[in-house]
Amino acid sequence: MSVDVTSEMPLLEVDQLSVEFDTRRGVVHGLRGVNLSIGRGETLAIVGESGSGKSVTAQAVMGLVDVPGRIAGGDIRWKGRSLLSREGARAARDIRGKEIALIFQDPMTSLNPLLKIGVQIGEVLQRHLGMTRTQAQTRVLELLEAVGIPAPPRRAQQYPHELSGGMRQRVMIAMAIACEPQLLIADEPTTALDVTIQAQVLELIAGLQESLNLSVILITHDLGVVAGLCHRVAVMYAGRIVETGEADDIFERPAHPYTQGLIRSTPRLDDRLDRLIAIDGAPPDMLSPPSGCAFRLRCPVADAVCEQEPPVLSFINGGSAACWRPSNVAAVVETAEVTIQALP
Amino acid sequence: MSYVAMAEVAEKPEPQAQPQPLVSVRGLSVAYDAGRVGWWGKPRKIAALDGVSFDIFRGETLGLVGESGSGKTTTGRAVLRRIDSTSGSIEFQGHDITHVNGVALRQLRRHMQLVFQDPYASLNPRMRVLDIVAEPLIAHGFVRKADEARDEIGELLRLVGLPHDAYDRFPHAFSGGQRQRIGIARALALKPEFIVADEPVSALDVSVRAQVVNLLQDLQQELGLSYLFIAHDLSVVRHISHRIAILYSGRLVELANRDELYENPLHPYTEALLSAVPVPHPKIQRARKRIVYRGEIPDPGHWPAGCHFHSRCPLATERCSLQAPPLVERTPGHFVACWHR
Repeated sequence: MSVDVTSEMPLLEVDQLSVEFDTRRGVVHGLRGVNLSIGRGETLAIVGESGSGKSVTAQAVMGLVDVPGRIAGGDIRWKGRSLLSREGARAARDIRGKEIALIFQDPMTSLNPLLKIGVQIGEVLQRHLGMTRTQAQTRVLELLEAVGIPAPPRRAQQYPHELSGGMRQRVMIAMAIACEPQLLIADEPTTALDVTIQAQVLELIAGLQESLNLSVILITHDLGVVAGLCHRVAVMYAGRIVETGEADDIFERPAHPYTQGLIRSTPRLDDRLDRLIAIDGAPPDMLSPPSGCAFRLRCPVADAVCEQEPPVLSFINGGSAACWRPSNVAAVVETAEVTIQALP
Repeated sequence: MSYVAMAEVAEKPEPQAQPQPLVSVRGLSVAYDAGRVGWWGKPRKIAALDGVSFDIFRGETLGLVGESGSGKTTTGRAVLRRIDSTSGSIEFQGHDITHVNGVALRQLRRHMQLVFQDPYASLNPRMRVLDIVAEPLIAHGFVRKADEARDEIGELLRLVGLPHDAYDRFPHAFSGGQRQRIGIARALALKPEFIVADEPVSALDVSVRAQVVNLLQDLQQELGLSYLFIAHDLSVVRHISHRIAILYSGRLVELANRDELYENPLHPYTEALLSAVPVPHPKIQRARKRIVYRGEIPDPGHWPAGCHFHSRCPLATERCSLQAPPLVERTPGHFVACWHR
């Protein structure tokens, strides 16, 4: 599953990106210097809790950060060209939606309830590829077929409310891949779905990635979803990336105490523990994030060093972690290996 | 053994002195009004629950797992007598409560409470924590004003792990996990024996979820509570439940002790549900054989004849499309409703 990304320039680079929101109570620091890159055919997971900045990252890439939010610093580069500079911004309008596509969490609110499915998908084709209406309608049927919707001609004539949640998400995916994008950003694509439907949708995304050689950024709070699908993982906390690396390494040897806590507190089907191990406390208020490391108030190993300066990402365990006291100990794995059992 | 036979077994005192269940549900069915077709049309009913039977014992947690439309929330509400059932019976502490109303129902409510899913929608933003937690006490006439119950509520807040100065603050000042603690304190105010927790952690962040699950376990230990813990997948329930029941389209398809269910699932739907939950470990997850059934969960009111799962089931034969399989005990304590398992 390893992907050779070193041979060419990354598709998307996010460089020291900061996003701030002006509110009546002060400035909320949504993103505080985020660095990311993704190569062709690669799947990157951005993992984090609500308020960690994972969705804001996606919105910034798609140019959807709107008042009261603003990009306060940093750059986003697509194939080496800035999307934020004056001349880049014009090109960005064509890139977004065509070369970079986004799927939202809730398909019901992102589809137009007054337009038939076929018309909505056709609109994308007409806008970006300059197809005529009849050309678009033929292509729509192919797309619905590709995302596994049965009886496309009938479905194309239906309205969003006539479809189930899983079907709607398939329509969103059909719309996203309509222009054959190179990068698909999926923002919690399965959170609103039932588990058995979630499994179907994840399988679909994995299949499309193979067949279209897509790069995928999967934004999620569910480590289980990450494990089956992603090559690389970036863990976000309080507007920063606190750990990043290959998925296998992160799950087996997490270096950051937050990542460790997240893995430990995720309930697993295959362990028999009677008690979950929780992370104490709650994520910080981003109006006034704590000094130094944002995780230190919940961290079991924090000391005086962590108060003074925010840690920077540094190389450890095959990935990198932003922690003054990262651990080399495979603490999580020890408990996990013992309890692994045959799963049905 | 059919539902009826099962009910009879449960009623007969077993030689090894099987304790009497706290809650006992037999053949519970619920249908919702769906309006009329046209002005003069007949009122339509949409079935949500079809003949569900289970027991909950003192100090026990029964996990009730089902996807959307399976009737899990309906079950919780019907057991609490928040909605009326169309047939079947509900017993609480040995008394039939299926049709009690008026004062008796009010008194009953003291003993059974509900914890809601969404801690943002279920707390009134204009009420102080003190007023929120005191409201059940006022409604049941134990105190006249919230301030009279200050000490009692302080004790409740301590019990659920909230800071003692939480009294006079409003819900917006608290995080999701803390709000859920407020909801739990409110449910505990009347010292109930039985709590229905309807997906209490689904809306919470992963790191906070474990805190609330652990709190519910501690409270059970300390206060001897019984829970009906409703969930939409099989991941969290494993840690809190003693027994687990699986609902599909209004019917129980499997009911077993926790470890038995995970290690030896019998119903094909349970297998699919188990395999659909991803394991947070890349190597294990890649090695797993995922069972993904085609098709979708039928909408309530559009259930197929026979076994409700037969249209998606790989084992289905003609019999499955004609006759609904009863929930029978395959091995001691392990019930399954399937013609082929």
